[in-house]
Amino acid sequence: MSDVTGGIDMDDETEGVVKKFMFLNRKAPYGTIYALEALEVVLISAAFDQDVSLAFVDDGVYQIVKGQHTKGIDQKNFSPTYRALEGYDIEKLYVEKESLEARGLTEEDLLVDVQVVDSAAMANLMAEQDVVISF
Amino acid sequence: MKFGILVNEGPYNHQATDSAYQFAKAAIEKGHQVPRVFFYHDGVYNSTRLTEPPQDDRHIVNRWSKLAEEHKVDLVVCVAAGLRRGIKDEVLAPGFRISGLGQLVEAGIQYDRLVTFGD
Repeated sequence: MSDVTGGIDMDDETEGVVKKFMFLNRKAPYGTIYALEALEVVLISAAFDQDVSLAFVDDGVYQIVKGQHTKGIDQKNFSPTYRALEGYDIEKLYVEKESLEARGLTEEDLLVDVQVVDSAAMANLMAEQDVVISF
Repeated sequence: MKFGILVNEGPYNHQATDSAYQFAKAAIEKGHQVPRVFFYHDGVYNSTRLTEPPQDDRHIVNRWSKLAEEHKVDLVVCVAAGLRRGIKDEVLAPGFRISGLGQLVEAGIQYDRLVTFGD
């Protein structure tokens, strides 16, 4: 059992298999714990050498907005972690254009490099995946 | 077909845990396999043997335990999500075990489908 792989030993059934995993983030970063715990899964998935991407839609786009200050709600600001994803070879971050626009946001407001795609393109990306885990 | 199941909501509070159970049961009845159910977020509360619903209600925790016993379903509770919420080995109902998020990723890799139940 290894901490890096979140409690499993790689076995023959897992080793060498590369699937397309998409983590779909739909919720605001604070208010519920979904975004924080989603990020924990993303970090673990990096240890499995899978083809990982992240998608941000609806209020999920707020997870990667610059300038988050959480002191007033006594919670940890975990947004810097998104900038560390590159170091885990997680570089495919997609943001839905319509979700940004509906909230008056642009790519300039985001703290990481992303690809902004429209909802039809986002749907195509989802259709290409082997596994979509939605938070 | 092999189905992995992810349960993200607490019992009684949310339909997700009932839907997940009914999905698992129906899949098994149709001849599919459900090798693992992974409990995350408030879903970890599905595992505590301290649960005592009113007698005229379904017992969600015991229902999972029975499914595990009858069909060898691996009921895995996320350790990090569990610790945050006071779910530890000493409160686990039969059939549940605590392990890491790797168990969820592994289910995604090894099984044909991973189905999420939650908001």
